Amino acid sequence: MNFEQSFRLAIKSLTTSKMRALLTMLGIIIGVGAVIVILSLGNGLTGMVQQQVDKMGINMIQVNIWGRGDGVMPDPQDMYDLVEENPDVLSGVSPYVSVNAVVRHGNDKYDRTSLYGVSEIMYNSAQNCTLDGETLEKGRFISYLDVERREAVCVIGAYLEQEAFGGDALGKQLSINGRSFTVIGVLKRNADLEMLPGSRDDQIYLPYETAMEVIGSRWVNFYICTSTTGETADAAKHVIGSWLNGFFQVEDGEWSEWVVQTMAEQANQINAMMGVAMGVLVAIAAISLLVGGIGIMNIMLVSVTERTREIGVRKSLGAKRRDIRSQFVIEAGTTSAIGGLLGIALGYLLAKGIGALLGGMLSQQMGGAVFDATPTLGAIALSFGVSVGIGVLFGYLPANKAAKLNPIDALRYD
Amino acid sequence: MEHLIELKDVYKIYQMGEETVHALDGVDITIDQGEFVAIVGSSGSGKSTAMNIIGCLDVPTSGSYHLGGVDVSTMDDDQQAEIRNKMLGFIFQQYNLIPKLTVQENVELPLLYAGVSAAERRERASRSLKRVGLESKGKNLPSQLSGGQQQRVSIARALAGDPSVILADEPTGALDSRTGREVLGFLKKLNREGDTVVLITHDNSIAVKADRIVRLQDGRIIYDGDAHDPRAVVQPHDGEEEEAEV
Repeated sequence: MNFEQSFRLAIKSLTTSKMRALLTMLGIIIGVGAVIVILSLGNGLTGMVQQQVDKMGINMIQVNIWGRGDGVMPDPQDMYDLVEENPDVLSGVSPYVSVNAVVRHGNDKYDRTSLYGVSEIMYNSAQNCTLDGETLEKGRFISYLDVERREAVCVIGAYLEQEAFGGDALGKQLSINGRSFTVIGVLKRNADLEMLPGSRDDQIYLPYETAMEVIGSRWVNFYICTSTTGETADAAKHVIGSWLNGFFQVEDGEWSEWVVQTMAEQANQINAMMGVAMGVLVAIAAISLLVGGIGIMNIMLVSVTERTREIGVRKSLGAKRRDIRSQFVIEAGTTSAIGGLLGIALGYLLAKGIGALLGGMLSQQMGGAVFDATPTLGAIALSFGVSVGIGVLFGYLPANKAAKLNPIDALRYD
Repeated sequence: MEHLIELKDVYKIYQMGEETVHALDGVDITIDQGEFVAIVGSSGSGKSTAMNIIGCLDVPTSGSYHLGGVDVSTMDDDQQAEIRNKMLGFIFQQYNLIPKLTVQENVELPLLYAGVSAAERRERASRSLKRVGLESKGKNLPSQLSGGQQQRVSIARALAGDPSVILADEPTGALDSRTGREVLGFLKKLNREGDTVVLITHDNSIAVKADRIVRLQDGRIIYDGDAHDPRAVVQPHDGEEEEAEV
């Protein structure tokens, strides 16, 4: 049977009874739409993670040390030495003390601002940027003396300068947990990110010794290291790991005193988690596709019965079984393909809508990364393929029934 | 010489519950190229069964059927479909046009199944429509035509594939008598132009338009001969067994 005519016939049947066609396709539309929405949002989230990784740099390594609780902890100087001894893989390290504190300026309170205690090593003056990728706009970075003397100085992000100081913060004061700090430097704005509270432009660096005073901690638990390149990240991780094993004299490895994670590992971990969540959601959406397929099968069975006489006529004119079968399979496939296209359009619009609603919120939490909930071409092609496949699969049974009709009975059918 | 249609000792036996029905009970018919034959009989006479077998829509229980020298009595579904496509043109009482297809597309159908290319399909279907005088209606839907015109479309469809036999099953049954006469006249014209026409009807007044009448009763042939012989139109209940021996 001629594909083109079957296809045109299918379109004709669909357009002559639009309501019925729409109801037939509804299951497919909803199923495909849901799959597209889920994949788009997942894609948007993955994109955000990727932006984060790109921003921080794929050569960043986080070292988290909690020790045995007996006070035996590596000193920041130990870490500096480690970097110096391994220049082929490691290029920098700084304590990275996360500070939970209230930032005030005048009567305004900034409770989403992130504060980190770092050392002067955090700033690489040769490349004019910090280990986590920030550059200095004006002023200077924290110095060795600031750390040694536990000075109450800080480097602030562009958002804070704008909001709290109206663009002129150098030398001015702000309060961290009630203690007054002098602004000695301002970071450059991350142009590709939105300036939002809690974003990467809303942060403060202070000398880590000072930071530990503020939070009342005795040991540095967290370091941020950089490997020489993205490729050496794993080797660098290994170097740090062996050194820490030696330091803690680990023998059995049963109790871990530390965790070292490269940026790539972190991203993979997040992506794997999202992948599982998305898989579950897509599986649920797939149930709708199944129901949609059954709907198509049902309508095709009705259609075969309604058109028994037509089938008889076609057979009398010389249509073979496979001619009749392919006609109905193509019709079912066309129905579900159009349903699939409508579903893709619906899903795309919904994803854009949800993306716009969620985007702002997520952007704040993800350090200002842009949330773009657009389905990938692969996702679109996959959903379209699946919807056509469902039509063909579920159309086969009714089509086969039609193909097997006896021409005499079919011709006599009223 | 070889006959175009040759049924030899054909039986068709149905099992209806407990009862066995002999729809055809030892029928021999031969039809040659260029004949115009009417197969006549009342309902239950077996004429529909005969038409189904001649039309390759059904196979005999026993006996043989050669169409154009080929034994078609043992063919399977798809082989029969091919024979129908190549050798037979059907005209039905209810026209049986496909309502969603245009007139042109309806006429093209047998060519489509024969695997003829699109351009040739269009060309041959147009020629066929011209033969029935409906060349201007190609783009119309069947429902936009009168009954007589629709039947002419179905004739054009039957002709499109250049079949060896035109099989008309009560072609005037759904038409008023004037249009019916027109259609019959048309079949006669086709026959004069060389087509072999087999007409199945219960109506004597129609059957006599053919050159030859084969009358069936209870699955047997009770008359086979000249349509103008008075015995050809004897009502079945008057007929005696010996008439079948002519």
